[in-house]
Amino acid sequence: MTILIIVAIIAIIAIVWISVYNGLVKSRMQTKESWSQIDVQLKRRNDLIPNLVNTVKGYADFEKTTLQAVTDARTKVNNAQGPAATMAASDQLTGALTHLFAVAEAYPDLKASTNFTKLQEELTNTENKIAYSRQLFNTTTASYNTKLQSFPSNIIAGIHHFEPSEFIAVPENEKEVPTVKF
Amino acid sequence: MLYEQIQSNKRRTYFLLLGFLVVVGIVGAAVGYLFFRSLPLGVIGAIVIGGIYALIMITNSTNVVMAMNNGKEITSPDQAPELWHTVEDMAMVAQLPMPRVFIINDDSPNAFATGNDPKTAAVAATTGLLKIMNRNELEGVIGHEMSHVRNYDIRISTIALALTAAISLLTNLGSNWWLFGGNSRDRDNRDNNGGVQILMFALSILIMIFAPLVASIIQMAISRNREYLADAGSVELTRNPQELISALKKLSHAEPMQQVDEASAALYISNPLKKTANLFDTHPPMEERIARLEKM
Repeated sequence: MTILIIVAIIAIIAIVWISVYNGLVKSRMQTKESWSQIDVQLKRRNDLIPNLVNTVKGYADFEKTTLQAVTDARTKVNNAQGPAATMAASDQLTGALTHLFAVAEAYPDLKASTNFTKLQEELTNTENKIAYSRQLFNTTTASYNTKLQSFPSNIIAGIHHFEPSEFIAVPENEKEVPTVKF
Repeated sequence: MLYEQIQSNKRRTYFLLLGFLVVVGIVGAAVGYLFFRSLPLGVIGAIVIGGIYALIMITNSTNVVMAMNNGKEITSPDQAPELWHTVEDMAMVAQLPMPRVFIINDDSPNAFATGNDPKTAAVAATTGLLKIMNRNELEGVIGHEMSHVRNYDIRISTIALALTAAISLLTNLGSNWWLFGGNSRDRDNRDNNGGVQILMFALSILIMIFAPLVASIIQMAISRNREYLADAGSVELTRNPQELISALKKLSHAEPMQQVDEASAALYISNPLKKTANLFDTHPPMEERIARLEKM
């Protein structure tokens, strides 16, 4: 009888252990997935920018410094390592692009070009997707980190060396207006 | 809170079905008594006809609802980039699959979501909505619709819609039949019978008149509260109550829609029919919704 009870207890512990472990793996997977969502959008935006620069260049007197700032920021995003640095570079690029589109307001011909309006919609879309996938990343990170700290999953996480995931800081101005409007 | 809402919506689906079944049965009894002098025949007939009709509607709900509301499906982002991309964003942040997207050609700004579950969901917006909302306001509106999808509100409202349509089909069938003569043998019999018969006859007609009203009251009861929850859900997705407030303000000044299917009225984000408040409204007053958002 006592053997039976001991076996039952061990079985229960094993089942709980396995399900908590699987839950942790799934949670960690979700944070990775949501990071790759951001990454996809960052790449997409970097692919769109040469196109934009070429379109804008056609308008002879367009401010060179504005274009240079966008190109520089794009290179920085390309070279950045790790989520925090990448997102800091990305925020800089967002700022440069916002400036470019603000300047573009003064060029009616440019604004009338279908190529430009299409690029503008594409970039707005990508910027919004970056903002929303960042929000999603922070949500999944929060739920993963909570699991790492709460009982009993913290014990299992400790034994199997689950590392906490880092939040991506949201820039101050974006906290008020989460999406960018060009 | 959200989880409970989803669970209670799934549970309420059964009560809803039961409630409508009773109404269908009563309507059937009335029709059956009027034309065949037989209550059971009417009840069984109504449940069979109503059941088959509702089943067809529920299994094919997205297409039926969109056809009823003149929605045209768009299948690529190029057809309406801003709408398509906004729906994509909201689906992503709500962690839902991308729904089908429809556009309704109507100058009155409005939107709704339908489907049986998040996998079969569809979102529709009017051309008027796309015209007057800026991108952030559109996000607020689409966020509201995606919350309906996530909360399984769409399933309840689809079923309620299907059953309401089934009841109005039955009562229309009954009243047309009666107007165009019905069964002459019954008429003769009726003349020879006493006061009880006349009472039953009157009662049957009353039921046929009031059943659609009862159906819309049931529909109303399940739809009003969920609008507040969907508003809150939208803010959770966009993190931006101001834009939804400004969108709702624009919606509250809008003209009613040109042609709208009355049974679908409860689906829309803002009441598409009339603008004066009354007891049978499917939507809570806009001022109250705005006031609740401002407190966030």
